[in-house]
Formats: sequence, structure tokens, C-alpha cells
Amino acid sequence: MTKRQKRLTLVLGVLAGVAIATGLILNAFRDAMVFFVTPSEVMAMTEMPERKFRIGGLVEAGSVVRDQQTVQVTFRVTDTAVSVPVTFEGILPDLFREGQGVVAEGRIDSQGVFHADKVLARHDEEYMPAEAQAAIERAGHPPGAGKGY
Amino acid sequence: MLPELGNFALVLALCLAIAQSVLPLIGASTGNEPLMRTGRSLAVGQFVFLVFSYFALTWAFVVSDFSVEYVARNSNLALPMQYKITAVWGGHEGSLLMWVTILAAWGVAVAAFSKALPREMLARVMGVLGMVSVGFLAFTVLTSNPFNRLLRVPADGADLNPLLQDPGMIVHPPLLYMGYVGMSVVFAFAIAALISGRLDAAWARWSRPWTTVAWCFMTLGIGVGSWWAYYELGWGGWWFWDPVENASFMPWLVATALIHSLAVTEKRGGFKVWTLMLAILAFALTILGAFIVRSGVITSVHSFAADPDRGIFLLGMLAVTLLGALLLYALRAPRVGFGGGFGWYSRESLLLGNNVLLAVACAAVFVGTFYPLALDAFGLGKISVGPPYFDSVFLPLMIPLLFLVGIAPQVAWKLADPVETARQLRWAFLAALAISVVWPLTMGLWKPLTALGLGLAAWILLTAALDIRNRMMRRRSQGIGSMVRSLRPSFFGMHLAHAGLAIVVVAISMVNSYEVDRDVRLGPGETASAGGFEFTLMGVEPVRGPNYDADQATIIVTRNEAHVAVLTPQRRYYDSQPENPMLQASLNRRPTRDVYVSLGERLEGEAWLVRLHYKPYMFWMWTGGLLMAFGGFLAAADRRYRLARDRAFITEEGLAPPKRPVGREVLE
Amino acid sequence: MKLRRVLLPLVAVLAILGLFYVGLGMDARELPSPLVGKPAPAFELESFFDPEVTITEADFIGEVALVNVWASWCVTCLREKPLLMELARQGITIHSFNYRDTRADAMRYLSRDNNPYTTIAFDPDGDAGLEWGVYATPETYVLDARGMIRYKRIGPLNAKILEEEVLPLIARLEAEKP
Repeated sequence: MTKRQKRLTLVLGVLAGVAIATGLILNAFRDAMVFFVTPSEVMAMTEMPERKFRIGGLVEAGSVVRDQQTVQVTFRVTDTAVSVPVTFEGILPDLFREGQGVVAEGRIDSQGVFHADKVLARHDEEYMPAEAQAAIERAGHPPGAGKGY
Repeated sequence: MLPELGNFALVLALCLAIAQSVLPLIGASTGNEPLMRTGRSLAVGQFVFLVFSYFALTWAFVVSDFSVEYVARNSNLALPMQYKITAVWGGHEGSLLMWVTILAAWGVAVAAFSKALPREMLARVMGVLGMVSVGFLAFTVLTSNPFNRLLRVPADGADLNPLLQDPGMIVHPPLLYMGYVGMSVVFAFAIAALISGRLDAAWARWSRPWTTVAWCFMTLGIGVGSWWAYYELGWGGWWFWDPVENASFMPWLVATALIHSLAVTEKRGGFKVWTLMLAILAFALTILGAFIVRSGVITSVHSFAADPDRGIFLLGMLAVTLLGALLLYALRAPRVGFGGGFGWYSRESLLLGNNVLLAVACAAVFVGTFYPLALDAFGLGKISVGPPYFDSVFLPLMIPLLFLVGIAPQVAWKLADPVETARQLRWAFLAALAISVVWPLTMGLWKPLTALGLGLAAWILLTAALDIRNRMMRRRSQGIGSMVRSLRPSFFGMHLAHAGLAIVVVAISMVNSYEVDRDVRLGPGETASAGGFEFTLMGVEPVRGPNYDADQATIIVTRNEAHVAVLTPQRRYYDSQPENPMLQASLNRRPTRDVYVSLGERLEGEAWLVRLHYKPYMFWMWTGGLLMAFGGFLAAADRRYRLARDRAFITEEGLAPPKRPVGREVLE
Repeated sequence: MKLRRVLLPLVAVLAILGLFYVGLGMDARELPSPLVGKPAPAFELESFFDPEVTITEADFIGEVALVNVWASWCVTCLREKPLLMELARQGITIHSFNYRDTRADAMRYLSRDNNPYTTIAFDPDGDAGLEWGVYATPETYVLDARGMIRYKRIGPLNAKILEEEVLPLIARLEAEKP
């Protein structure tokens, strides 16, 4: 091979690598992307999606009920307009609190109950998860008003 | 008064840094030797002032001077003394002061160990380091001054975030900053090479130990951070693909690529412009990391309080760095050239593979971290990508990379024969295959991905052992002493670091496949099981710590009726914020597994929520990380680099690749 | 050829920097409140210090004042407190709601570093919070002398916001006071 051909093979090899990598990334995105949905949007759903998604908002005051015999806990997530019932099994994060921001990731059943397998609250400093904030913001601004979400 | 002096010293350091970023560069371009020499003394002066400034802040913490706003926010009277001292870097402003102090320390180290560098080169390196210092010092003074006073002195301070009151958090930031800041030294070397348009083997030999040492600190910093998250956050997770973790992981990936690319540049004079590009990228990524953590552009578990002004400043720094460096690169890189050619199968080509894989991995992390931000910025909806994305991208990239780790050290530079490699390594390959089949069976359940991970780890370990054996056997006739001496630190260090990587891979494969996490409700005397262990709650009682109250559970762990351990997890209520209890996990560590318990909330009666963890091979994770860093330090300490340092040589032929015999030679 | 080689990376770098810049500007906390420009909503709560005493919106009205919503479990409130202390020292009236809290916890919170508040209405169930549209703690309102809400901040105050928005607004409101 001439030097030119060698260089060409090299460049082609690297390009092929990059192409494969891009494919990998895109593919991974398709499977791993978790959409964020607000309680109002959940209410507006006609068909419950099978995919995992996230909902965010505030933990409705007085809605947290710990089952005393199992590890299950139920609460409602509200964007101040509507609220969605959520169940979760296990220990809630340190800063989970009524009236504070929360994000839950999981699936919704046909009854409209959200089964969270992950509950996120902030650890400190930040007083509300950005997604929870967005949910409330969107509830306060019907489509067309304010920021274009 | 002392805080004002500290502030004054900080400003003086900034002035010196400004001088350092101008004078040596003028000297280098006009050939004025006294001006070139200023770089050294200015760096030392800067360091002295910053150390003073740092101690002034520490003193304010020690004597609880709450008139200093930063102290009032991050300490209080009841805080134990060791945490008062470490609280200096517990918040944004103080950690930044630590950052610039470490930067100045690296500057002094470069000045001290570079007597033999060509003087123009040293002047340029010091000049660029001065510019980096100006950037971070101005950032500190203008947006984040730790010495700001409060008009009204509070009686007591807020507190150091209880999550940070922990030994892991004491060492994590300094280690990580050592690594981050080390990247600016590498960057300074790269820019100096671009300015002069010259990049020779001496340059590469020069930059290599600095790069390796910075990489080691970064490795340790990331490892300790992961360890801290593992036991302090109490969730049993050790890596979350959190944006802040990614912020430290991206420069690490690029630095790893850089280490390997530098090897080619030193040994073969190849990959030159690519090496420079990696050095620039690694540094830019450390600034990006600071931006992610300190601007609030991405919210995360452990980012500092958001302030858009700081974000703008850091963004400006990033812009200046990237645009300036890339412009210089575009102008000068053609002069530097790519360097020597190589065959399609050679150590160079395999290391190129390593570089491509690592660069792509870094790009994948970058995309995963910022794609959600991009969507949000354009109003296309909020998404999150989380661990599944990173897992599914990383796996296919890491498999070939780990396979290459086993091969590349055995392959000759320039041109090699794959058939020969296959012949050499066939037994190692078969043995690794056998191990991948058998080892997972010890866990009771065979899983293909675990088998693959363990097989690759075994492959790396076996080939390393083979390479070490081969090298020693070649000196067999010269006696045992010569055989041991043939294992030069750089050679042995490389294999140690690779072995460390293999051990980490074992831990990841095992823990991802076989870990058990269970949340259970336990009353006194009740038992639950997880991972083959039985956990019995004996009782929960209140205990008192130095600045917190806690509920402490006593849990007896048994396996097949045999006693294993008594664990005492706590739920702590710090005096400063008793409303926010913190989990303090308790763990029992054995070489092949951790058993780990955290105490959740109280239920009705005497029952508690308890999280039980069984984590196989977690110990290997931390051992492997330590081994990687140790291997790196060993390699950086090789006598070869010291020789390069002590010998005053100025190569004039510059661009010519080093004349070295072609053939089998070991990557060091 | 040469130009193109420079241009492409340049565009990519600028695009990324631009993205970060846009990202920085997305301060999700700036929610315009429907209450701004409206009179302070009515409420009736116990005084924090004395359950016998009732506090209503009338107790908040009369001078230009801040209304701060806080709770002892709110870490951010604790961090905001030194600023409020400073404001109180400057003679600015700060009314407040103690939000979803217990008296014992809140008392400890206040005793740690004195009390910046002129009035504290005790709102353990968040009743008034609902009327006032409280999203989360801390929140701060600015009332003019006639009891109109003129400004609302969700999240903690900081020195910059105080100097650029709150303090000038207070000065203006003081000036237009009859």
C-alpha cells in the first residue's frame, strides 16, 4: 500500500468506528430516554403508556400514608392543579417531605395509579427538583400562555 | 483582621498571576532571559500568598469567626474540630480557594523540577500556567470571595452539611482538585509546544510524568467519591451517572487516552497533534466540570448552590480556553505534524483503537449529560436518560477496549504480526475462557454478561503476568537480580494499573449481576433475609454523637445459623437540622462481599424500615482503583524521567522522530 | 480548505457554548404569580407565640413590609435567615408564616440565631399557604402600605436579588406612601 492508501484506510477505520459509536448512542437513547410528564398531562392521557416515565410536582400535604405492616407507602403528587396517586415500596429519600418537591419514576397502571420504582428528592441546597418546578409552572400556565412549553 | 489580610494576599496573588501570564511570554518571544526567569519567582510568590490566604480562612474556621459569611454558612460552634478544618473546602468559595492554592503548588512544582527544560519552553509553560491562575483567581475574587464579611455577626453559624461530615468527603475534593489542576499543567505544556511549533520526544518525555501523576490523583479522587457515595448516601449505589460524577469522569477518560497517546509520541514520535488535542480537551473538560458543578446549569445531588453570575464567568473561561487554544491549534498544528507512520497491525494502531474507544466513550457521556439540557433549552420537552443509557453505550465500547488492554502491551511497535500475537497469547486466551465459564458458577447462577466481564478481567491479568514472565525470562542467564531489575517501574506500573482496571471490572461484573437490595419491615426480634444472609433486629436505642442524636439499631447477621457480624446502622438527627435525619449505614466487609444495612423510618410500635444490602466483591472495586493509581505513580517515578529532568539537553532537530530500534519494545 | 478546517470545529464549539448560555438563563424559579398586584389574601391564624391571639391579614397591613414563609425543616430557610436578620436590623418589617411546622421545632429554629420576624402567624396545616399560593418554602412577598402584593420570590432571597430588586422596590414603595 502507498502512504496515501494507508492513510485512507486509517481514516476510513476511524470513521467506521465513529459511525458505529453514533449508532450505539442513538440506539441507547431510544431505549433509555425517560420522558417527564406533569400530573396535568397524566390526567389528560386517554391511554396509559407502557413505558416508564417520570412525574414531578409537590407531595400533596396530608397525602402520605405509610402502610404499617408492609414497606409500602402511598402519596399524591400535585402540580397544584391536579394530583396523581403514587405508590412506592421502600425507604423514601432523606428530604422527602409533604409540601416539598419530588420526582417519581415508574409506570402507571390502568387505574391511574403510578407505581414508582424510584423516588427522588433533593439532598440539600436546591429546594426543589427542576422537573417538579416545571410541572407546577406548566400547571399555572395553560398552553399558549407564558413560556412555550 | 486576619480575614482582610487573607483577602489582601488573594488579590496580591492575582496581581502576581497577571504578571506571570505576561512577562515570561514576552521574554520567550524576544529572547530576553531575565524576563523568562520571572516565571519561576512569580509562581513561588503566588504560592506563598495563597498558602497564607488559605491559612487565614482555616483560622477563621478554627476560631469560629462568624463575621466571615462563608464561615457562618459552613460551620458552627458544635462542629468537631477536624470538620471545622475540612469545612474550609466544604462549600463553593472555600473549595475554589483550595483549587487555586493547589494550582499554585503545581506551578511551584513545575518551576522546581524543570531546571533542565529549554528556557523558552519553561517560560511559555509558566506563562500559560499564569493565565490559568488568572482565570481561577479572578473568578474567586470577583464572584466567590470566601472572605466576605457579614455586617451583623450571628451568634452561631449554620452548619457544615452533615453529608460532608465524613472522612471520605475530607479527602475526596483535594484529590480530585489535584487531578483537575494537574490537567492545567499538561495543558500548559501543550500550549507551549504549539507556540513554539516544536514537539519532540524530549517534550513528550517531559509531559508524561506530569500527565500520569495528574491522572493518578483524578483516579483516586473519583474512587474516593464513589466510595463515599456508596456508604454515606446509604443507598448502596456506587456510581449514579449523575452529571457531577460525569463532570469528573469525562476528563478522566480523555486523560486516560492522553496517557496512551503520549506513550506513542514519546516512543515513536507519532500521534503528535492528536496528543496536543487531547491535552487541550482534558483541560477544557475540567473547566466544563467546574461549570457543571458550580453554575447550576444542571441540577444534581451534590452541586453547589446555583448562581448564574458564576456560570457566566466560567462559561467565559471555557470560551476563551477553547477558542484560544483551538485557534492556536489550527494555526500551529500543521507545523507540528502527526508524526511517524505505522502498520495496520502494530502497537500504534492498537493504541489508536484505545484512543478512539475512549474518546467515543467520553463523547457518549457528554451527549448523555447534555442532550436533556439541549432539548429543554429548545423547549422540546423534559427528558432524563439515566443509567440505562450509559450502561448500554458503555458496555459495547468497553468490551473491545478491555480486550485490547490484554493485547497491546505484547505487540511490537511499527509493524507486528497478528498470527504471532495469537500464537503467544493462545493459552492465556483459553485460560481466560475457562475462568469465564467457571468463576460465575461460584455465585450459584451463570450469567453471560458476568462471564464476559470476568473473562476479560482474567484475560488482562493473565496476559500481564505472561508479559512480566517473558521479560524476566529473557534475563534468565544474568541471575535473579537482573531479572527483577528488568521490571522497570514504568513497565511494572503499567501492568499494575491494568491489573487494577481488571479488578475493578471483576467488581462491576459481580455486583451488577448478583447484588441484592431489599427494603423490609423489621420488629424487634424479627428476621429477614437477603443474599443468603439472615438479619435479625435486636433493638433500636438512642445514642448521642458529638453534634447529633441518633437512633441506633443493633442487627445481628448470620448465615446458615453461623454468626457473621453485628451491624449498628444509625439514623442521625444533627443538632443544626434535626428535622432532616441522615442515614448512616453500617457494613461488614469481607474480600468477596459486603453486607450492608441502613436504617429507615420508624413504623408503628417498635418496628422499623430497614434496607438490607448484599454486595459481592465490592472490596475489589476500591482495591482496583487504588492499584490503578499506585501503578500510575510507580510509572511516573521511573528513573528515565528523572534522567530526562536532570540532563540539560536542548534538542535542536526538534521535529525528527526519536531514533530507536524497530522491533519488540515494551510500552512504558 | 484551510478555512473549512477551522470553521467546522469553531461552529461546533460556539454551538455548545451557546447551549450552555441558554441553559444558564433557564431560571425556573421566576414564576410570575397571579397574586402580584392583588391585595393580600385574607386568613385567620393563631399567633405563633400565643395561641390565644389571632392574626389576620390586617396585622400584615399598614406599612411596607416583607412576608416570609418559612419552616424549621427547611434547610434553605436556615441559610436564608442571616439575610433576613440583616434586613430586620436595617429596620425593615418582616411578617411571616410558619408553614407546616410544630411550635417546638420552630422555637428551636428561632432561638438558634434570634428572630428576624415582627409577626409570626402559625400555619401548621398550610391553610393560609393555600390562599397565598405558596409553592414551597422559603417564599417572600413584598406588601405595600395598602396591603397590595407587589412582588413575590419563590425560593431563597440572596444578596443580588435584594440589592437589585427587593430593596429598590421597598424604597420606591416607601416614597409613594401617602
